[in-house]
Amino acid sequence: MWTLWLQILPVAVLLVLGFCVGTWRERRHFESLAQREREFTDIGVVNLKTVAQPETVASAALVTGDAVIATDYFKSFAASLRNIVGGEVRSYETLMQRARREALLRMLQRARELGATEVWNLRYETSNIRSSGRRTLAVSVEVFAFGTAIVRR
Amino acid sequence: MIVVNTEVVPGRTIREVKGLVQGNTIRAKHMGRDIAAGLKNLIGGELKGYTELLTEARRQAMERMIAQAQELEANAIVNVRFTTSAVTQGAAELYAYGTAVVID
Repeated sequence: MWTLWLQILPVAVLLVLGFCVGTWRERRHFESLAQREREFTDIGVVNLKTVAQPETVASAALVTGDAVIATDYFKSFAASLRNIVGGEVRSYETLMQRARREALLRMLQRARELGATEVWNLRYETSNIRSSGRRTLAVSVEVFAFGTAIVRR
Repeated sequence: MIVVNTEVVPGRTIREVKGLVQGNTIRAKHMGRDIAAGLKNLIGGELKGYTELLTEARRQAMERMIAQAQELEANAIVNVRFTTSAVTQGAAELYAYGTAVVID
């Protein structure tokens, strides 16, 4: 009985730690994202390929933004349980949202530095970052956002 | 060198298409970054080490692509795309490609 508790306890502690600290950090990140997104509402972003009114374009340049976000132990564990029954993996939805919004914000920051007011042809690239096999539960994802920033005359 | 991911440079005309240009890097992860990632995988959050690594790698891939375009005497690269491929465990190839053109 004692040895059983000894085996479960470390995992349980990590799960609780992952849940508490992870949830708190995630909430803080979302608040930060919302606040920063309010600062960029003046830059129009579309995923259309052909820039409208090309005669008024002063300059065009590629802008990029990058973010690698890891999920906490509790979410990884919950998602691995989901693998047994299948279905929607809600744990990872927030992970993807955070990575995408962070990458987009960084791209918009670059666009702002160039004095651009529009970003055209926005694209996302997503890759899985896997740790060297020690802990296969570990999930982190990289989102790369890029587009063409336009400065109008 | 003007670099865009649209098919044309808006407001300019393409005089000549030089051809496909590309640049890539293969980066292996750093052990130190991996240890930090271990902690972050417990509590969640951004892996800043990896973000920097990948940003730098892409920048280098783009530089190589631009160098190729300069050799062809182009002054712009259009329709730039990026891909990432896992080569082996712990290493990834970052690849950037586009079409080098001469614009007026």
